[in-house]
This record gives sequence, C-alpha cells and structure tokens, in this order.
Amino acid sequence: MNKRNRYKKGTLIMSFPGLLLLLLIFVHSGCSTDDTQTVVNFDELVLQDEFDMDGVPDTAVWGYDIGRGVNGWGNNELQYYTDRTENVKVENGFLLITAQQESFKGASYTSARLLTKGLFDQTYGRFETRIRLPWGQGIWPAFWMLGADIDTNPWPGAGEIDIMEFRGQEPTTVLGSVHGPGYSGGESITKSYTLENDRFDTGFHVFGIEWGTEYVNFYVDDVLYNQITPADVTGEWVFDKPFFILVNLAVGGTFVGSPNGETVFPQTMLVDYVRVYK
Amino acid sequence: MKDIKIISLKIAVLFGVIFTVTSGCERSLSGDVDFASFPVTAEVFIDGFSGGLEYRPFEGSKLDAFIVDDQERYEGTASMRFNVPNVGDPAGAFAGAIFPDNGGRNLSGYDALTFWARASQGATINEIGFGNDFGENKFLVTLPNMRISTAWTKYIIPIPDPTRLTNEKGMFWYSEGPENNNGYTFWIDELKFEKLGTVAQPRPAIFNGEDRVEQTFIGSSFTVTGTQTFNLASGLNQTVSAAPSYFTFTSTNPDVARVNELGVVSILDQGTAKITAVLAGVRAAGSLTVESLGNFTPPLIPTRDAANVISIFSDAYTNVPVDFYNGFFGGQTTLGGADLVIDGNNIIRYTELNFVATEFKNPTIDITQMTHLHVDVQVENPVNTGDFVTIELGDFGANAAFGGGDDSSGRVTFTSDTLKTRTWVPFDIPLTDFGLTNRSNLAQLFFITEGTNDTQPGTITDLLVDNMYFYRQE
Repeated sequence: MNKRNRYKKGTLIMSFPGLLLLLLIFVHSGCSTDDTQTVVNFDELVLQDEFDMDGVPDTAVWGYDIGRGVNGWGNNELQYYTDRTENVKVENGFLLITAQQESFKGASYTSARLLTKGLFDQTYGRFETRIRLPWGQGIWPAFWMLGADIDTNPWPGAGEIDIMEFRGQEPTTVLGSVHGPGYSGGESITKSYTLENDRFDTGFHVFGIEWGTEYVNFYVDDVLYNQITPADVTGEWVFDKPFFILVNLAVGGTFVGSPNGETVFPQTMLVDYVRVYK
Repeated sequence: MKDIKIISLKIAVLFGVIFTVTSGCERSLSGDVDFASFPVTAEVFIDGFSGGLEYRPFEGSKLDAFIVDDQERYEGTASMRFNVPNVGDPAGAFAGAIFPDNGGRNLSGYDALTFWARASQGATINEIGFGNDFGENKFLVTLPNMRISTAWTKYIIPIPDPTRLTNEKGMFWYSEGPENNNGYTFWIDELKFEKLGTVAQPRPAIFNGEDRVEQTFIGSSFTVTGTQTFNLASGLNQTVSAAPSYFTFTSTNPDVARVNELGVVSILDQGTAKITAVLAGVRAAGSLTVESLGNFTPPLIPTRDAANVISIFSDAYTNVPVDFYNGFFGGQTTLGGADLVIDGNNIIRYTELNFVATEFKNPTIDITQMTHLHVDVQVENPVNTGDFVTIELGDFGANAAFGGGDDSSGRVTFTSDTLKTRTWVPFDIPLTDFGLTNRSNLAQLFFITEGTNDTQPGTITDLLVDNMYFYRQE
C-alpha cells in the first residue's frame, strides 16, 4: 500500500510542455518499478487562490462556518468561529487563520473555518495546498473535504476526505484520512506521515491528494505516502461524487484534547495557496 | 621635510599598486579557501572519551563518582556511570564534574546535546548541561531538575543559540546530590551533539519572563537570569537556563543603567532605565526597570573588635551560618532579602514587609557573653505617626530546636519618632531589654512593621537592613 513515489518539487507550477515532459519521465520510471501504478494526470488548473489580494478572502471562492456548531462541530471543539479580521484575513500573499484566546459569546477561543460549499465542488482531481502550520497542545488545523450532498445525505454518509490534519502537540506528524458510512470518526481509514529532522510549524509544506476513480492518493511535499482504494474501506465507497473544500483551525476537541497552560496564543496558520486540478 | 613627504607618498602609491594587484589575485582564489576553524566533533562519549575530552570533578564532590561502565550500557560497549554518594560519605557530599575539551569545538552546526540515560531508582538530577569550562562559563546551559527513571530514555538539551558556539570547551557537566539522603547510580550513554532539525519555536525570557521594577542607587548592580524554551519533536516544551552571554541587551537609558555581556546591570546615575533582551533575533519575555534614586549613603562601617562580635549580617565581619534572611511564615507578605549590592556592600532590602525572620539555627548561636544587639535600619517609606519597627529575638532553648517547651522570645519596639525616611538609624539595644529566658541557643531575629491593632497600624513596608551583629560592651 505504501507507495513512496518521489515527485519532483515544483512540478505543479511548471508550464504545460514541462509538465508533459515530466509526465513522460514518470510514465517511464513508473513502468520500470510498478506496472500496476495509476499515473496521475490531473493537469488542468480549475481553482487557484494564491491569496495575493490583501483583505478578506475571495468571496467568490470562500464562505464561512460561524459559531460553535452542534457539540463543538461534532468534536467538542472549544472555539467560536468568526469571519472577523482577528481570525481570518489575507495579508502579504498568505491566508492567515488565527486562533485567539479570548472570551467570545460563551467560548474561550475564537478562530475561523472557510469552506467552498455552494461556491466550488468537484468530483476527482488534484487538491493541493501549501501551509505553514501552527503548534501547541490542543491546536487542530485541517485542510479537508466533505461530500457536497451533506445537507441531504448526513455525515458520514456524504463522505469526508481529510487531506491534512495535524495535532499541535505532535509537530512532526500529519494525518490523511477518509470517513464514510461504516468507517467514520475513530474508525476512519487513516495514515500518518512523519517528517525526519524537520517539523510542520517551522516552514511551508505541500499537502495534497490525487483523487480518481476508486482511489485517493495522499502526498506531503514530494512524498506520496498512502493510497486508499475501495478495498481499504470497511463500508460503501462514497468518493465518486462532488466534494467541497474546507480549511480551518480548531482549538481543543476529542481529536487533540484541550490546550494547556503551555499552549501559546495566538496561533496562526499561513496558507500560501489552494489549487485544484482536474 | 617636504622631500620626505613626497618620497613616502610615492612609496605609498607603490604599495597601493602592489596591494591592489595582490588583493586582486586573492579574490580569484577566495572561493576555494576555507577559514581555519575548531573541530566540529559531535561525539562526547559514545563508548569512551572522544578526542580531547577530560574529566574534572568539582571541589568537594566525590572524586571517583564517575567511571566508565562496560557492563551497563544503552548501546555499544560502554556507558558513563555516576555513583551519587550517600549523605555523610567521607569521600564527598555530592557527585559533580565537568567534561571539557580544552582544545575547543565548533558546535554551531548542532541544535542540541542529546543522550540516553537511566538510573538505579527514580530520581531528579539537580543540574545537567554543557558550557561549563571552569572559566567564564560564558555559554553555560543548565537543565535543572531532570527527572530520570530506571528505563533508558533519550534526553534533549537544546542549544539556546548555536551560532554562539564556534569555540566551546564545555562539552558536558552535571551536579547531583543524594536522594532523600541516599546515594544511587545513574548511567549516561551516546552523549553527543546533534542537529535534530526539530528544536523549534524559541521563547527566550529574562527574569522568568517577569517585568521587574527595582528601586536602586548609583553603584548597585543586578545580574540578569535568562532561560530559553524550545518546543521539541515530542511536543514537550523544554526550558533550559541560558547564560546571559547568549542574549543581546538593550538599555533605554545607558547613562543610568548599562548591561555588559555577562549580564551584569550597573547603575551609573539617577533616573530610570528599562533593560530588555534579544536571543537569536527573538525578543525575550521579561524586563528590568531600574529606578535609580541617585547616590547611596551606606551606614557607618562597624569598628568594634571582631573578637567581641558575633555577626549575623555585615561585610565588616565573618558572619555565622545563616539559613535565610527571609524565611516564609504563614501570613507573611515580605519580599526580598540579602540581594542588594551597592559598591560591594551587601544590604538586606525588604519590600512589602509586614514581618520577616532571619534564622540561624544550624547551629544556634550562644550570645550569653554578648551585651548588645547592633543593627542599622533605613526606612524607605514616609514615616507616619504610629509607624514602628519591632525587633524580636527568638531562642530555641536547651534542645536547640524550635518547640519543646523551652523556647523564649522577646521584643523591642522603636516608634516613629526614632525613625527617619531614607536615613540610616543605628540601634544599639541592650540584650536585657529583650527579656529572654535563655540566650545560649539564639536562632531567630524578626523585623515586624505591621501592627495588630488600630492604634498602631504600621505603614512601613520598605526597609533596608545592614550590620546586624551582637557585641560585648567593653
């Protein structure tokens, strides 16, 4: 299962001929090592937010979840999500999502959750972001997707793909997962990826998936660290319909536990870009 | 004279031409030249001493506490074994040593000292670190109170700022005493400097991150204490004490207060100055604001013959062993103690004073041959009617210990008319005025400034004390 293919860094911003050339190389080397491997060819950019315009994020792409949801968005999370500039803004080429420790409408923390629901969704493709993550006990950032039919097909039926989840208290490790009917929450299909001699909160890293018919490949930087196929899930495969994107910074909750006295606030997640190819 | 000038100009021009040509040649070579540097050897002790490493125990320590152990080890063929002595071990009261490489090493490429360790029992090692070379210890790093268990565990002591360690001699040091009076053994293995790449999120601090304000005088000095905290790959926040030389200090008013690279703040003039610090580009939490009141007038230097004196606190005499100048008792708010040094003169400064005890019970002292208590006090607050300073002496009686029914104490009070703001007042109090039952096991001296009834409320909170001694009137 663990196909650690090495991608060349910078592939994704290459011109089309360059990409074609590289793909040829991939096809070649791919055949020489593993004949059954699916070759990725999502090369048409369909959504690109480089966060180059200071101010509020592009309203044509991003909406917001506001408040505390039900049971802390289903996870006993502690933050109140807002769309205030204290919690979300675009500055110097980055989307900044900031978790603050403050008393706000009954919550002890505020933060933000952006989503493309109703604005952008897609079936299959390459979904990629470049992020410098925050850190500390109880800090829980994520770049993820939900089935676009979630309002009529409740979770976990709609499906969830977690392209990147991170526990602030484990600064070298991220997780990629899928949730669906019969394999959700603690039973999700998941795998972690740990950096050697580096960590996710000191520099930018690329997190992405290549999602096609009956597979989701998870990669960090130039390392493909997991592939999930229908054979891996313990229930119905629901990843064959449109999904929308979410990017958020949660505080506390069952996945990470609460912040403690050593957690430093504010904590900011810097998103360099979000790109989707088909 | 003119001719000589012209000649020297010609020579200068000639030299200039030669220099230009020469430096031109050097420029083309410089890309291939490596500057001489100290070795970058990372290993300190793997299965034996690394090249240049020495063992230098502390004075008073058990000299043979350290041995190389080829039985117990984490990896390889040997480990470092440390035998911490029992209390009362005639060979030494504690185990402690430095392991220098006096040739110096360039450690700037590493971010931590790491090792594996285990002990014969759960214990807390008092101090362990690097940067101690029995010299200036400019880049001393100490991990205080390191918990150790019976299982081999990897420990990481981060380097506060590796760029400073281009010529470091202190590779490793430790100091540890008995646990609950009992000795034990611990082992260290695979001791080396590493570039982990995961030592991150530096949060330096001075004065424990507090914003301190101190009233002081010209000639006084303070020493900055610093720490560096990193988040490690495990998620643990590891704090080490970092020598002042790791920091760069700034004073808002260098005419009033100046800091040297060893972290000593010197007060030079009247006025206010705030001291802040930066470590490796990161502003340190905490600061020191000094409010210099100007010149300090010290109390008169005692002139009594030392043979007739038992001194508790004075630079003029050898003092008896004192347990503390500010012991904690329930209800006490007093801060401070023997921490003010002005032109080499140690002075006790109490702030937020309500009552405070100096205790000298190890051993208690016998003042039966003495006739008086001398003490110089200076009240720093405005003195109001009803203010007072009460001095109380406590004797522990024949059992030389607190309690047991044989203790006695007595007080003498000085009312507001005998006190004066910012002026030293010498008190010479006949010991008979205290009315003690015994004077052969004296152990306590109290200052009390807060009354227990409305007629004597007592508003004095800031008090300087010096030259506290008993003497025999000839």
